[in-house]
Amino acid sequence: MASSIANGGGGHDALRFYLTKTAQFFLVLATTLLGLVAVTFIIGRVVPIDPVLAIVGDRAPAHVYERARQELGLDLPLIQQFWIYLKKAVTGDFGNSVLTTNPVMTDIANAFPATFELATLGTIIGTIIGIPLGVLAAVKRGTLIDQVVRFLGLAGYSIPIFWLGLMGLLLFYAKLGWVAGPGRIDVTYSYLYTPITGIVLIDTAMQGQWDAFWNAVSHILLPACLLGYFSLAYISRMTRSFMLNELAQEYVIAARVKGLSEMRVIWRHALRNAAVPLVTVIALSYANLLEGSVLTETVFAWPGLGQYITNSLQNADMNAVLGGTLAIGTVFVLLNLVSDLLYRLLDPRTR
Amino acid sequence: MAGSPAFSQPTGLRAWLLSPEPTSRWQARLGRFYLGWRTFTKNPLAVMGLGIVVLLIVVALFADVLAPYSPVIGGDLRTQRLLPPNETFWLGTDDQARDILSRIIHGSRITLFVVVLVSIIATPIGLLVGTIAGYLGGWVDTVLMRITDIFLAFPRLVLALAFVAALGPGIENAVIAIAITSWPPYARIARAETLMIRNSDFIAAVKLQGASTPRIILGHVIPLCLSSVIVRVTLDMAGIILTAAGLGFLGLGAQPPSPEWGAMVATGRNYLIDQWWVAAMPGLAIFVVSLGFNLLGDGLRDVLDPKAAK
Repeated sequence: MASSIANGGGGHDALRFYLTKTAQFFLVLATTLLGLVAVTFIIGRVVPIDPVLAIVGDRAPAHVYERARQELGLDLPLIQQFWIYLKKAVTGDFGNSVLTTNPVMTDIANAFPATFELATLGTIIGTIIGIPLGVLAAVKRGTLIDQVVRFLGLAGYSIPIFWLGLMGLLLFYAKLGWVAGPGRIDVTYSYLYTPITGIVLIDTAMQGQWDAFWNAVSHILLPACLLGYFSLAYISRMTRSFMLNELAQEYVIAARVKGLSEMRVIWRHALRNAAVPLVTVIALSYANLLEGSVLTETVFAWPGLGQYITNSLQNADMNAVLGGTLAIGTVFVLLNLVSDLLYRLLDPRTR
Repeated sequence: MAGSPAFSQPTGLRAWLLSPEPTSRWQARLGRFYLGWRTFTKNPLAVMGLGIVVLLIVVALFADVLAPYSPVIGGDLRTQRLLPPNETFWLGTDDQARDILSRIIHGSRITLFVVVLVSIIATPIGLLVGTIAGYLGGWVDTVLMRITDIFLAFPRLVLALAFVAALGPGIENAVIAIAITSWPPYARIARAETLMIRNSDFIAAVKLQGASTPRIILGHVIPLCLSSVIVRVTLDMAGIILTAAGLGFLGLGAQPPSPEWGAMVATGRNYLIDQWWVAAMPGLAIFVVSLGFNLLGDGLRDVLDPKAAK
């Protein structure tokens, strides 16, 4: 593909390279999102419940049934129905929720901050503890700490998150009373502040409602630690393997030969090089927490996206389920793409 | 393997298995298997995982004999409800006065059923999609891999939830939903393997002999992709169990009174504070079994796929 534009200039080539990459990036993003919409559309079509019957009732005469069917656009060819669905989805219109009677998009916008708050705190906890643990396991390979990290990782892949959540509630809430129970904040505090960002910790702190703030902290602590553990299991395992890889490199030997302290070699030199793939891992674990949050939110009565989906499920509210699924899928795709982009930005070798 | 010169010469069966000049294809295969088995048994955790999985299979097969009580019909509701673990009911009883141990034993059948069925459905789909995409290349590859990516773009549980919501709750639909969400990683792996195999000489030789494309894919490409896909499926089984349990916990898997472990935890949630064992015991069973599959998968990977070990 030797085009005539590139007449020798290296800058031109680089620019074209970046433009092609960016175009590819958006093409992938667009097709994936289109696919997400298509999958939810198909799921919505295979529902055994007849949406027309659900509206007109099963005693409606044929002409009423037919009119309702036409109003819903169900008499159109499937491809046309998909086009209408797609156009609505792009503008964020997923219909109304049967359960809350609000537009699904409003519900999602209301629920999202809660999930965001929980998953973010979980990722922070997982990163702060997981990275040092992984580094230690790699440095002291084969010792007790390595075994502990290995076990923590394995257990993290094996424990049902909803069960661990229940056991945590039993121990730390019911028996020890260290943390508050399910929910985001006690009702008594919930009128002391006005929601601005939707993130309770930030809202209460901004408005100086410290009692409410600490109440919210004691509510979020357990679910965040729970998600943090699952993120820690993944992050520490990956950190360990990246660090083992880096510690075997020649520059580490060179740094040691130069007489640098072991601390400096490990934390400044090796970890810095392992940091690039680690950013990707953290972004991926963030995306994975979205999945974990569905069950965690159910256990802790946390009013986020996950609970919204499961509540709607139990009430056969398909608009809400599909809208919520699409929302989570979109965030998931974006996080994956961000992690990919970060990797390219941070690692000069991929340029 | 011990490389020291003092290594004693193997005798009998071992000598036959380890023979450097096997006289039949069968002997060579058994020998390979034996070497793999030796590597596998060097890893105590992997052996433990195998033990747990074998135990699960045995318990599931002989559930009727092993379970002391009925998993569905409870005892006296006045005196035997929500009893703590004791000598007659080792793991206590639930809200219907049913023995929790018996329910867990029978629940192992459901767990095994789900794992086996999901693997049987998802593995061939993944293998076919991956090998066809990798072997044919071009637009077929692009289209198939885009579809795979789209499925990978949903968190697994969320997609399974949406499918079950559409199909209706129940164990069969849960299996279908989990299978639909499981195949994409297998397709990715099969494709990567196929890309390496595609240009090798033996494929060219088969092609020159006039073999058709389906024949090459089914007879020559797929068998070589099998081992890495099997490792991946084994590593995935814990995830399958956890997803199934999660669906059960949300009331979308097996329906009552079926003793599905996730659903049992959901029941126990109502009695969590005073009768903790109702929720704790089935959850422990889920944990042990998925740990078993994870350990087994790790061990198998070390044997079958040494490249990916570290």
